[in-house]
Amino acid sequence: MTGLLAGLDGGKLLRHVLGAVLITFLMTSLIVGLELVATQTGLSLRPRYHIVLYCVVVVALGSAAVFALVERSWRLPMLVGVVLAALLLVPLLTGNLDSDLAFLLPFPVAPLNWLALFLPAFILMRAGQLAYASARPPAAAARRRELSRTGKLISMGLGLLLILAAFAFPVSPWGSRQLVDILTIVLIYIMLGWGLNIVVGLAGLLDLGYVAFYAVGAYSYALLSEYFGWSFWVCLPLAGLFAASFGIVLGFPVLRLRGDYLAIVTLGFGEIIRVVLINWYEFTGGPDGIGGIPRPSFFGLPFQANAPKGGGETFASFFGLSFDPYHRIAFLYYVILVLALFTNWFTIRIRKLPIGRAWEALREDEIACRALGLNPTNVKLAAFGIGAMFAGFAGSFFAARQGFISPESFVFIESAVILSIVVLGGLGSQLGIVFSAAILIGLPEFFRELEDYRMLAFGLVMVLIMIWKPTGLVSHRDPTIRLHPRGDGR
Amino acid sequence: MEYFLQQLVNGVTLGAVYGLIAIGYSMVYGIIGMINFAHGDIFMIGAFHALIVFLILGAVGISWLPLALLIVLIVGILLTSLYGWSVERIAYRPLRSSPRLAPLISAIGASIFLQNYVQLAQGARPKPLSQMVSGGITLMESDAGFAARVSYIQIVIVLLTLALMAVFTWLIKGTALGRAQRACEQDRKMAALLGVDVDRTISLTFVIGASLAAVAGLMFTLYYGVIDFFIGFVAGIKAFTAAVLGGIGSLPGAMLGGLLIGLIEAFWSGYFSVEYKDVASFGVLVLVLIFRPTGLLGRPEIEKV
Amino acid sequence: MTPLLTVEHLTMRFGGLVAVDDVSFTAEQSQITSIIGPNGAGKTTMFNCLTGFYQPTTGQLTLAGERGDFLLERLDGHRIVRDAGVARTFQNIRLFTGMSVLENLMVAQHTEQMRASGWSMKGLLGLPSYRRAEEEAVHLARSWLDRINLTDKADWPAGALAYGDQRRLEIARAMCTKPVLLCLDEPAAGLNHTESHELNDLLRWIKEIHGIGILLIEHDMSVVMGISDKIVVLDYGKKIAEGTPAEIRDDPRVIKAYLGEPEEEDLPDIVAADLDLDPGAR
Repeated sequence: MTGLLAGLDGGKLLRHVLGAVLITFLMTSLIVGLELVATQTGLSLRPRYHIVLYCVVVVALGSAAVFALVERSWRLPMLVGVVLAALLLVPLLTGNLDSDLAFLLPFPVAPLNWLALFLPAFILMRAGQLAYASARPPAAAARRRELSRTGKLISMGLGLLLILAAFAFPVSPWGSRQLVDILTIVLIYIMLGWGLNIVVGLAGLLDLGYVAFYAVGAYSYALLSEYFGWSFWVCLPLAGLFAASFGIVLGFPVLRLRGDYLAIVTLGFGEIIRVVLINWYEFTGGPDGIGGIPRPSFFGLPFQANAPKGGGETFASFFGLSFDPYHRIAFLYYVILVLALFTNWFTIRIRKLPIGRAWEALREDEIACRALGLNPTNVKLAAFGIGAMFAGFAGSFFAARQGFISPESFVFIESAVILSIVVLGGLGSQLGIVFSAAILIGLPEFFRELEDYRMLAFGLVMVLIMIWKPTGLVSHRDPTIRLHPRGDGR
Repeated sequence: MEYFLQQLVNGVTLGAVYGLIAIGYSMVYGIIGMINFAHGDIFMIGAFHALIVFLILGAVGISWLPLALLIVLIVGILLTSLYGWSVERIAYRPLRSSPRLAPLISAIGASIFLQNYVQLAQGARPKPLSQMVSGGITLMESDAGFAARVSYIQIVIVLLTLALMAVFTWLIKGTALGRAQRACEQDRKMAALLGVDVDRTISLTFVIGASLAAVAGLMFTLYYGVIDFFIGFVAGIKAFTAAVLGGIGSLPGAMLGGLLIGLIEAFWSGYFSVEYKDVASFGVLVLVLIFRPTGLLGRPEIEKV
Repeated sequence: MTPLLTVEHLTMRFGGLVAVDDVSFTAEQSQITSIIGPNGAGKTTMFNCLTGFYQPTTGQLTLAGERGDFLLERLDGHRIVRDAGVARTFQNIRLFTGMSVLENLMVAQHTEQMRASGWSMKGLLGLPSYRRAEEEAVHLARSWLDRINLTDKADWPAGALAYGDQRRLEIARAMCTKPVLLCLDEPAAGLNHTESHELNDLLRWIKEIHGIGILLIEHDMSVVMGISDKIVVLDYGKKIAEGTPAEIRDDPRVIKAYLGEPEEEDLPDIVAADLDLDPGAR
């Protein structure tokens, strides 16, 4: 027993765990412990304290493990991890949700219970690291520069590999309809993340209403095609242009404001645009949205089973293929892939231009920028406008892909999600955004049937990643220009 | 005239609720300089606590209203402030020395978590509460038969807000805690060097903010009679707007901002259109910020060069 | 010949406080004009008026450089640098700490570079005219890095540099805007003896080679007396003396302002010694 608590203050541990237990019990006692049930006479309460008990036990074990980990002791967390894993694994392996042991499982669906294993796995991993570290003397942190160099090479190689894989994916054996669909959504968010990265990551302007420009892009395409019958490829640049002008017009009065004031005003603009979209019924269709938005064509060849009325060919007939809805899905995937890659190319490129350097300088110190003759308003407006432009592109693609849009798709939470992708990825890091979009958008898309738990986990993951890596997943910054080529030892 | 008076009464009531939530935003911003996005959801949890305790009291047969209100107030404040405390302890404290955006994202995550936690625990459907207090006083009646009325609930809300404001002002101005808090606001490092327990002060700030939000939740439940897991978001954004309008970091400013937003909403819905009331409040915010970049009562910032 | 900078009746009030009170003086091309005075005498405030961070309450600031005549008090902050050519450094160094040393110097050349990049269009397309302009900018930056011995550290984050290096980098960065008047706010603060000697050399070199005017706020008397062509003394916002270092050294009003003990014998040395150790000046 003493070995288990080696290096720990038992009394402190006990107080810590008891405190956590008490607080958890109080917090869950009413909200979780009593279920509000609608009856004929109004609401009534139904107790379900077994769930409270469950929460309390998990928190007790978890807080003990976390306490020990923070104090750099590994034996107790190891035990907790094994016990938790066993509690989950035994019922999961021996039977299913109907087995006698099912009460040990936290969730009503099997896939989530498997996911819940993440918690003990994480505790075990950390405990293992500590055990390993305590067994050997700390290695000297030498050759860090070299490491970061190889790290850079790896990340560049990884980027190339990802791009190749992304292009090959739909025609590979793994390219199923569902997967390509999910990847298309992830790519939309990657593109939005890359666009917002210009505003938040490079220029350091906190924009909480980015989704407004996404909405402007989507409605531009939907309305232009509805009223004028213009095609997607004509509307795409126009949508970007509209969104950029919106960004500049909105940005002009407010970009003088300091960080957090800017945040609330952009948030306000996002909400205003949504409210206008809902209430301007004659023009935008209000909450009913706009349907029947035409899909993009392949150089004029539509993706349809039958030839269009006025004659002509479809994509399938032109290439002598039999009609398959997968063609269209794959095509949309390629469109957004190219758009996203264009965004990426643009960002990488403009970062190394004077305007890009000015953005980063402005993020670091606005006063110094003024003392160097930069006009902060213009520099900020450029970032705002260009960021909005990419949101406009992504928006018009979104409208084209869905075929239907309504204000429902442009709520604040979308802005929050895009911002989270940028920050979690590591501000300013292009590759980091890919990872965080994959984690935040891709994973939940897989678990769509677990609607309720999905968003719960989403919020939790956001908090945990931030605590784990406050500067984001990839936080390395490379200078935009070098005097000495990399690796000559300076 | 009657119509005007009615909107005024409604606006003040609404403003009291917004103001109480706004104080939580303003205090937290003042002391650690972050937007506590989860605050609106703390308010929502406060409303749920109020509803559940009312039902429990109904079940055990305590029906004398002042006693019931008092119990709901105490239990609601206690349990809700625990949420405020835990959110700070788990999601914000580890990030205190991180880049500015990290706690913001963590706060958005906490907000999403709390919303879905309540949705999961209590379902997505709106929860109605049968009216607890009915009746009111007719202030003025026009010839056409339109009467401007102030209901008892509205009176309770405004009185409770005034009482809380008095207690709160005393707390900040007259107690050691308030002094510690103001010290942390000015300079956290220096306060720590002078022996102020910064962690404890910040925790208490969250507890106080959550308590006020819990009271606002109770008022909301009483006033509207229907709550769901999403009320926190809308009210939170309004209250935050109010805090910024009044000058974030300034507590009288938060109350003033809340009152203004409440009045703008009431009058705009009364005279123009209900649909665009949010546009009106944000529009006023933008206008105020353009001309007074630090809000109405915010300290003007002197650029140190 | 008209002076480079003419300050006439400059007054700056903050509410009831008069930080700068009716100050007039001139600064010449190819000269170092120092502004000294006890803490709180209004030196930095005057700098902020000159460089557009504050709008002066009254007064006229005329700059007559190669780029033409400008009334500084009528220009926006960034235009004072961009159009009139007044560059400055800050008392508490303001480098872009997360960006590399070279990038800091590149940002200083923003206006020209922006034009050369065709407002980013040429740059995005990678046209040769922009590439040439960028090479020139790097060349200028490199020459400054060579001058301040930071060439080896060009790719370091500016925040990782030693304190003295940061000071010199800030001066180089200001010089990269190609100013006609360079305003330095306590450049020697926090430097040791060797470093402040190097600074003296650097400032003299800038004055001689580039032929621009330098306006200097400084507490370190060894710097001020060693390199100034002219000294202006402020006390409580008012100008109390103006003249060559030798004149200022013996001026009783200056001695009184600094020490308040006019009876002492060999005051000038005490002034220097005292100010050297003055903790408030650090």
